[in-house]
Amino acid sequence: MSSDHASLDMGKAYMLAAAHLIAESKISMVKITSPQYWTNHHEYANFSRHSFSNKFMNHTLKIQNLHAEIDGQKIIKGFDLTIKSGEIHVIMGPNGSGKSTLCKIVMGHPSYEITEGQILFDDKEISDLEPNERANLGIFLGFQHPFEIPGVTLGNFLRQAHNANQKATNKEFTPASPVKFMQDVKAELENLKMEASFAARFVNENFSGGEKKRAEIAQMNILKPNTILLDEIDSGLDIDALKVVAEGINKNFQENNPAILIITHYQRILNYIVPHHVHIMHDGKIVKSGDHKLATTLEETGYEQYITN
Amino acid sequence: MAVPLKTQKTIKETVGEYKFGFKTKTNSFYKSPKGLTKEIICQISSQKNEPSWMLEYRLKAFEIFQNKPMPTWGGDLSNIDFADIHYYVRPQDRTQTNWDDIPPEIKETFEKLGIPQAERKFLAGTGAQFESEVVYHSLHKKLQDQGVIFESTDVALQKYPQYFKEYFGKVIPAHDNKFSALNSAVWSGGSFIYVPPGVHIELPLQAYFRINAENMGQFERTLIIADENSSIHYIEGCTAPTYSTDSLHSAVVEIIVKKGARVQYTTLQNWSSNVYNLVTKRAHAYENAEMFWLDCNIGSKLTMKYPAVYLLGKGARGEIQSLAFASKGQHQDAGAKIIHSAPNTSSKIVSKSITKDGGHGTYRGLIKINKGATNAKSHIACDALLLDNHSKSDTFPTNIIEEENVAIAHEATIAKISQDQLFYLMSRGLTEEESTSLIVNGFAQPIIKQLPMEYAIELNRLLELEMTGSVG
Repeated sequence: MSSDHASLDMGKAYMLAAAHLIAESKISMVKITSPQYWTNHHEYANFSRHSFSNKFMNHTLKIQNLHAEIDGQKIIKGFDLTIKSGEIHVIMGPNGSGKSTLCKIVMGHPSYEITEGQILFDDKEISDLEPNERANLGIFLGFQHPFEIPGVTLGNFLRQAHNANQKATNKEFTPASPVKFMQDVKAELENLKMEASFAARFVNENFSGGEKKRAEIAQMNILKPNTILLDEIDSGLDIDALKVVAEGINKNFQENNPAILIITHYQRILNYIVPHHVHIMHDGKIVKSGDHKLATTLEETGYEQYITN
Repeated sequence: MAVPLKTQKTIKETVGEYKFGFKTKTNSFYKSPKGLTKEIICQISSQKNEPSWMLEYRLKAFEIFQNKPMPTWGGDLSNIDFADIHYYVRPQDRTQTNWDDIPPEIKETFEKLGIPQAERKFLAGTGAQFESEVVYHSLHKKLQDQGVIFESTDVALQKYPQYFKEYFGKVIPAHDNKFSALNSAVWSGGSFIYVPPGVHIELPLQAYFRINAENMGQFERTLIIADENSSIHYIEGCTAPTYSTDSLHSAVVEIIVKKGARVQYTTLQNWSSNVYNLVTKRAHAYENAEMFWLDCNIGSKLTMKYPAVYLLGKGARGEIQSLAFASKGQHQDAGAKIIHSAPNTSSKIVSKSITKDGGHGTYRGLIKINKGATNAKSHIACDALLLDNHSKSDTFPTNIIEEENVAIAHEATIAKISQDQLFYLMSRGLTEEESTSLIVNGFAQPIIKQLPMEYAIELNRLLELEMTGSVG
């Protein structure tokens, strides 16, 4: 993948997509006025609100001068970053620089208190929104340590999440048929080299570390968010699993044109995913930004030169 | 963290949202005055036209009841006023076998509860008890032809006295405890089932118990005999109107599982929150027999119930799985008892409790391995889920082991819904309520999956109702 992948010809893409959908007879009605007013009355999970909005609406997540703390301890200290649809950003940085905390705060974890600054999604402040309200805007967090939910199957959980996402923006939405939805889940699991039976297993319970990470990507690809945060999605993966995960991310990026923010310690995932922007985070803020070459430089020189004040 | 304040506020109190709390206006055929006397017991027995030995049995039990002190070890029983209860309410003159012959207001009650629909769909037989009497009983013709007996206990006593002489009160004698004595004195209704050797009843038989009158005591008596190599699944459901005064439900259930037979007894207890539910349930399992109690307690003010299995023949197996849900003002004091009295016997106990809004869940269990029960195996797992900081969960396991060559394992967990689990689910778009409800259902899932599908759906729905505070 090269750096020109962001410059999607939007008009062309939408015509192609419309032709494709009509040819496949997968939608019953398409109102062609302007892209954002397309209504989609059919039931299929694959062609959801997000796939339209992702392709044809641009979204911006803007974090401005963010300061945040937990139990009085300051973690984020003046963080600024803007990510847009069609961009892949990477944040690297030593342990304890606040990378994971940043992801949790953007997603709305209740333990953290924002003391200063703003988080804007399409120019609207979202700091007061519940995590589910943020998710329903199309924001997604791939967890570093996904949690186990005993007794709840991955398929059932995803169906509820998908229906919640859809209902939030489309009052007329009718839920996908469970059978069809499960087929989509299984197809996505197979893309990530996971057995279809994972759909019937309890969320993350007795999954290996690698399986948990792949399941996060499967969830992401099914829910089709427009703004994606991936917190150390590459940690604990062997080389084969890393490739599968990276392919899953690239596929999502190509198909849905989301904004992606990847948090990582290691350069190695960048052998498979080419970011537009690389940022180095230290002590709660970004200390250096550059293009994908920054990651390579970093691999050679280490963080030292960027983090000494 | 506990469930966030916001969720707690939105979870309404259970009282007032109970779906089955409607009352039906009926004219009773006979209603005993409040309180319990010898005369009332004689009256009950004579109305039922019972053999004299049963009246003697009742009167003796009444004496035992009067002499036994109230138990002080379980839930709080101090508000039960035995003088303020109607012990016998007869809604109609006799048990009907044709649904159309039931008085319309009673029929309507059961129709609201979905009983006839369920029968048509997936049951092999149905019994419906209203107040003290079974008003309706039916069994598929095919099973009747195979010699299966499924009757109200009163009718069965008249028609099949031989079984009563041999088995009645043998598994649970009147003197077992104060409430088994009370039941033995005033029992009325319940089911009698006999399954002949080798007969397997594939669809479940169901009994439905409804208390309608205020200050009512319901004391049904159930006796199930599964003859050699037979099998049966019996399901009971129970509901009552919500009154400001308390009602008492005190059943006795005796089960005999003969050589190679299997009995599953499933309870979906959803009494309104003004019912004391004090029930004695026990089974005797003989050689290579299997007894499985599946006990779900969602409703009632106080439940004290510890289904028991006596493993009396070699290779017998006992299993008790229970789910208890206690909300505001509720105490579920439930558990299990297994007595191993023969070699190579095995048992399994799974107990799950969910407490919220100050509810109180107790697991009280006994495993006893008698001398001679060599190679006995038992596995006990108790899990409690606390949804907030002012709810309570206790575990009182007792193990008495008198044999050396045995294997016992006990696991217990207490969990709260973690903030991280909630955050994880919410980050995918589910509200706090939906996330909590999903976690609770997931917790209960190992029990729910054992229920027949129709009941699993019902229980899932009930739990969701309890969690979201909406009325369906």
